[in-house]
Amino acid sequence: MDFKMKLTDEQLGILNGERGETLAKVMRTLVLFGDVFGAEKLVPVTHKQGHLVTSFGIGLLKPLFRTMDELIEAGLKAEGGFTVDPRPIDYANVKCNLLEKLVFNKFMYSQQARYEEQLSKVGLRDADAFSCTCYLPETGNVPAKGDVLSWAESSAVVYANSVLGARCNRNSGMLDLFGSIVGFVPYFGLLTDEGRKASWKVYVKTSAKPEAQVLGSAIGMKVVEDVPYVYGLDKFLGGELNDETKAYLKDFGAATASNGAVGLYHIDGLTPEAKEQGEDLILPEARTYVIDDAELERVYRSYPVMWKDASAKAKLCFIGCPHLTYSQLVGWTNAIRGALSAAGRRKVAVRTVLCTSPGVAKRFKATPQYAALTETGATLTSICPLMYTNNPLTKGTPIATNSNKLRTYSVARYYMDKDMLRVIAGEDK
Amino acid sequence: MRTFKGRVIAGGKWEGEAVVSHAGVNTLATFQKSAMANKSQVIVSDQNNPDIYGRNITGKALCLPVTIGSTTGGLVIQTVCAMNINPACFLFSKHIDSLAASGIVLAKVWEGSNVIAIDMLGDEFLDTVKTGDRIRVDEDGTVTLL
Repeated sequence: MDFKMKLTDEQLGILNGERGETLAKVMRTLVLFGDVFGAEKLVPVTHKQGHLVTSFGIGLLKPLFRTMDELIEAGLKAEGGFTVDPRPIDYANVKCNLLEKLVFNKFMYSQQARYEEQLSKVGLRDADAFSCTCYLPETGNVPAKGDVLSWAESSAVVYANSVLGARCNRNSGMLDLFGSIVGFVPYFGLLTDEGRKASWKVYVKTSAKPEAQVLGSAIGMKVVEDVPYVYGLDKFLGGELNDETKAYLKDFGAATASNGAVGLYHIDGLTPEAKEQGEDLILPEARTYVIDDAELERVYRSYPVMWKDASAKAKLCFIGCPHLTYSQLVGWTNAIRGALSAAGRRKVAVRTVLCTSPGVAKRFKATPQYAALTETGATLTSICPLMYTNNPLTKGTPIATNSNKLRTYSVARYYMDKDMLRVIAGEDK
Repeated sequence: MRTFKGRVIAGGKWEGEAVVSHAGVNTLATFQKSAMANKSQVIVSDQNNPDIYGRNITGKALCLPVTIGSTTGGLVIQTVCAMNINPACFLFSKHIDSLAASGIVLAKVWEGSNVIAIDMLGDEFLDTVKTGDRIRVDEDGTVTLL
């Protein structure tokens, strides 16, 4: 095979099959992939714990299951283990009718049990490792600044790059696992100093703290896959990365990555590289984007309503894509109770599901807040709501969400947080 | 005859019919329905892409800027190549994106697919080529509208 990048003797040996044909194919895939992007070399993955995007045993991905079998047969696994995106199904907390279950079990996720067994054999960390927010302390897959990662899941990659200062490209499913198995990834893009420079200066000039998911959406749609350097947000968020700002940046980043393809952003005076290097991170030819109240409103109004009946009332609310942090979960519990109380209700008016990681759910369930939440009729789950909405039968249900990612990949309708509360309290006339 | 020169990601010689998407092709949404139903041809199921929705793209040259959407995209391309229902060629006007590149490489290495991929053909290529045009692809990445 022809390739341009320079490999070490160890890497060449693997490529030439000294450690088996299957590992050679894994290496060949990474080398050919890196060559497409002009990578000069492979570099070691320094944060050994991987994160995989493909968590669902969807029947159509037959080569995935065959490749996994081949890896297992060859005795290969990710030595540092890995976390993985959320499971698709939780019938106890996200109820489905018989027909929907039939579609999920027989057609959509028919290979789920087999796939989870395969994941365990190639390095799945444990049963609580299923979350898109693997980087939060409760799941505990937390890279250090400067670490090189082999992760996929766009919202996790953009968080790790931007908030933690780790280095990871926007990888596809399968290549995330391959990098974790072989321990090397191609050196290009967001792994390089040059690739982390900003080609956009974004000025936030709104009169109040913008909704994270709308601001992220606006920036994602404008810069697409470029790196933005954002001014003016520290005015609302402060200069320290605490629980609240991290949660804000988690939601903001997920929207930049799904409404565009952003893999890294810098927030002036707040994120680690911006604090260290400031405007040295900005390329001389950087373009400018100003976001004021009118621009934010324009973006929000541009979201199409994909419901079959645009004037329908929501029948299901999903909150927590990406998965909620512990503080967000407590905040939503209090907000829902407050909204119900103000509306003179004890129970939610619309079926409401909050999504969080298994680790956060465990912590939350040990507190009285859990009963306070479930008393309202809302439920807590650790699934990925997108995988629920992928079912063709659920597409007919008018679903409300405060996630711009879920809106983008499904027919769910976007509501700002305050409007979600109105829907939940039955005040959405 | 107009010719356009791109970069070879996965080379080959081929002649056939073009199907053109001016918007980024959402890989999962495009292939999902046909692949899940185990069909022998892909009828595009992405309702958000009017350029190609409802068209048969199996064995055709899919002309596109880049792919977009879920990070399962690479696996989906590998899957349709394994099922032999893939477009014969992916002809990108821009630099290939990381998800499509993963899919092409996975298909070549793990499925032995003969799928062809050429990128950086330029915006003019996509402005010129029309669905239904006959085109020829050469080993060196030259695409000729016949």
